[in-house]
Amino acid sequence: MAGFTYFPHTDADIRAMLDRIGAGKVEDLYADVPKEFLKKGPYALPDAMSEGEVREWLGALADMNPRMKVFVGAGAYDHYTPSVIPYITSRSEFLTAYTPYQCEISQGTLRYIFEYQSMVCELTGMDISNASLYDGPTAAAEAMKMAVACTKKKTRVLLSKGLLPHVIAVVETYAKFHGVEIGCVPMVDGQTSLDALKSELAKGDVAGAIVPEINRFGIVEDHAGFADALHEAKALLVEYCDPSTLAVIKSPAEWGADIAVGDGQSLGIPLCYGGPYVGFMGVKKDYMRKMPGRIVGQTTDKDGKRAFVLTLQAREQHIKREKATSNICSNESLMALWVTVYLSLMGPEGLKEVNRISCDGAHYLKDELLKTGQFEDPFPGKPFLKEFVLKPKKFPGLLQRDLEKAGFFAALETEEGYVSFCVTEKRTKAEIDELVKIVKEG
Amino acid sequence: MKYYDKLVFELSQKGRVGYSLPVNRFPAAPELPNELKREVSPDLPEISEPDVVRHYTNLSQMNFGVDTGFYPLGSCTMKYNPKVNEEVAALPGFTGLHPLMHAGLTKGALKVYQEMDKALAAITGMAAFTFDPCAGAHGELTGLMVMRQYHMNRGDLARTKVIVPDSAHGTNPASAAVCGLEIVEVKSLENGRVDVEALKPLLDGTIAGMMMTNPNTLGLFETQIKEITELVHAAGGLMYYDGANMNPLMGVVRPGDMGFDIMHLNLHKTFSTPHGGGGPGSGPVGVAAHLVDCLPDLRVSGFHGNFGVILRAYAYILMLGKQNLKKVGQYSVLSANYIKECLKDAYKLPIEGVCKHEFVFDGLINDGAHDEVHGATTLDVAKRLLDFGFHAPTIYFPLLFHQALMIEPTETESKETIDAFIDVMHKIAAEAAEDPRILQDAPHGAPIKRPDETAAARNPILKFKDAR
Repeated sequence: MAGFTYFPHTDADIRAMLDRIGAGKVEDLYADVPKEFLKKGPYALPDAMSEGEVREWLGALADMNPRMKVFVGAGAYDHYTPSVIPYITSRSEFLTAYTPYQCEISQGTLRYIFEYQSMVCELTGMDISNASLYDGPTAAAEAMKMAVACTKKKTRVLLSKGLLPHVIAVVETYAKFHGVEIGCVPMVDGQTSLDALKSELAKGDVAGAIVPEINRFGIVEDHAGFADALHEAKALLVEYCDPSTLAVIKSPAEWGADIAVGDGQSLGIPLCYGGPYVGFMGVKKDYMRKMPGRIVGQTTDKDGKRAFVLTLQAREQHIKREKATSNICSNESLMALWVTVYLSLMGPEGLKEVNRISCDGAHYLKDELLKTGQFEDPFPGKPFLKEFVLKPKKFPGLLQRDLEKAGFFAALETEEGYVSFCVTEKRTKAEIDELVKIVKEG
Repeated sequence: MKYYDKLVFELSQKGRVGYSLPVNRFPAAPELPNELKREVSPDLPEISEPDVVRHYTNLSQMNFGVDTGFYPLGSCTMKYNPKVNEEVAALPGFTGLHPLMHAGLTKGALKVYQEMDKALAAITGMAAFTFDPCAGAHGELTGLMVMRQYHMNRGDLARTKVIVPDSAHGTNPASAAVCGLEIVEVKSLENGRVDVEALKPLLDGTIAGMMMTNPNTLGLFETQIKEITELVHAAGGLMYYDGANMNPLMGVVRPGDMGFDIMHLNLHKTFSTPHGGGGPGSGPVGVAAHLVDCLPDLRVSGFHGNFGVILRAYAYILMLGKQNLKKVGQYSVLSANYIKECLKDAYKLPIEGVCKHEFVFDGLINDGAHDEVHGATTLDVAKRLLDFGFHAPTIYFPLLFHQALMIEPTETESKETIDAFIDVMHKIAAEAAEDPRILQDAPHGAPIKRPDETAAARNPILKFKDAR
């Protein structure tokens, strides 16, 4: 059989290596494996493909997924990706490196993580950021564990009903196995209720509460009084946020948050069926040593040159082992680079412009949809940016079907029977007008 | 590599623009109420596109990757990352999929999951996989949740402990702790394998299961695996397979056949997806047939795991096919044993015998210590390697040896590369014997010398503004 492109071994190489080892054949290197465990017979796998065949097959699979105009957000946003980003992130010096254990030859990775941490701090207003977590929901789960670890002996964490369902589901899974009880803070009039929060706090034993800056109805929440109520009860305020919107709405720090978490996907990362994304976390200085994940710090080398290293490692799993409160090791470093390059290109003004176009587009769509007479506005006058919900007069499934036929992925149904829409700067006025026309005619 | 001393913030000038956005054709929306508006604008850099590109290109040139050179980092399986993987993962038909799209709109993506499920089941002997976990440690946690869920479903609530060998990856005990399990450590024998006699008294009705890596972190096959799985099963526990070391078993041995009930794979190790400077990874969890019911309730990540990574691994499996799978395991083992045999005259080999994909030395045989001069340590060997264009092995792990130096070559390195590495390792050993200070002052040619890590931890500067 011909050689295989990823293996450099020639027959002569193999012979020479075996001779040096003192083995007759490669199979002899498995002599310590009990015979009954050596797989007999072929594996039930397809035949090897050539590169062209792989390309063709996966191209065909990709083509089975129709290209849709995405008018849904709900935790994954179809924002624009500047061409520079995939170009930079596919540089193999970044792409094919591992965690920067050998800092002297990893200054590239360490520097961009430091930049990333700085940008997360800028956006959230928090003091300290880690090098990234898996995604937004797991970042919220890490915040839940952190709140418990920071407020010794307390075992309850409150979740706002305004959080996205997938965030709640993941936090609940972690909580169940971590021995944390989850309490729920209901919404009143489209926003997490401060009164309900206070009455939950009055029951005692609360380590923290996770609340959304923008809830699953797209409403920008007012969190005045949240931090005071929680801090009075010696509990932590965790703000779950969409980082893209933090250029315009109050930052977690401005609400008095102790921990800010969310998903960096909205910062130019493609939808890609849910991943890879990047979870972020920013915390107040007091909680630095309780923060999960890797952290990069600045120092100097022996010659006094500026240098960057992984630091505060005493917090991490490989040192703490069973005493660790987080097990995170590999995170989403390359996606952190993605976000860092995105923010370097966009700057504060670009980010504001993204919000302006998305927000104006979303308001236009909402107004036009209401004009069709086929919807009610369940939350009139409530502030929103790129996402909103309406109550359709028609069965949501029919609405979705009509839109889908015309190539629109829109009108995602919520548990209340509302339908949600999202408009990013990638959606054009012509697309919106077409969508509204279909609704009108449907 | 050339030292480049800029941070992106230092390139910023007010008024520069690095983006290109469409003209806003919509009527202006009402302003947000003042109490919801951000008070202070975030201080992000303002840079033009060419300068952003140049900055990150310069940063990249201070980095070492698999494409730069040999990366024998033990337990990390730094194999070649095929380029066709990147190409297919970037297809717009995949990258444009919203995670909440229903099955009718995602037929191609779902096919990828189905085919991967079948392929991984065939490779490992497990019945079914979940692809939600985003990394190896995330997979461990998910797998342990399955373990606990299984006992809970049977009303067996007393099983709250998990047995972990002392040679285990640090993530094992950490994952168990996060999952609410108590850790019971089992010692290794002189020969580096789990002490079965020490295991026996630990097995009672409080044991949920046992986590094992096989081959273990010393690169040694756990020859008594059959006895171990039988003992744990007889005591009502489940066996967890940490797939970090799956590479040498590819195409040769299946964890399911060895009696493991739950396992994870690291697609970014065994299945060639790039490590990306520390992620994104993917840690699918496989379970045996009797545990398939425990999978659906466990939502451990936002949507469907790291689809982009899963796609890359799928392309790799298609390239390998059944014809080449076995050679992954065999060649990785061949290369590791070859290096071990060639270097054991200069580095302490604590346990003789055939290894699998990796092995551990316990430092230099002659570290050069004499009179007032301290000997060269494993750290010094690692730093000196950087001067010769090699990444260092994993150092000071596993914890069983004080000067552990863990070498994993993988199957994608040529004999010439491996021989060059062996020559350099001999040269470094000779230098140490002659004058260990050459090693202690290394690296000499990297962009920076050794940094002051104590200062970094004592006075943490963790963002740009702290540094000013």
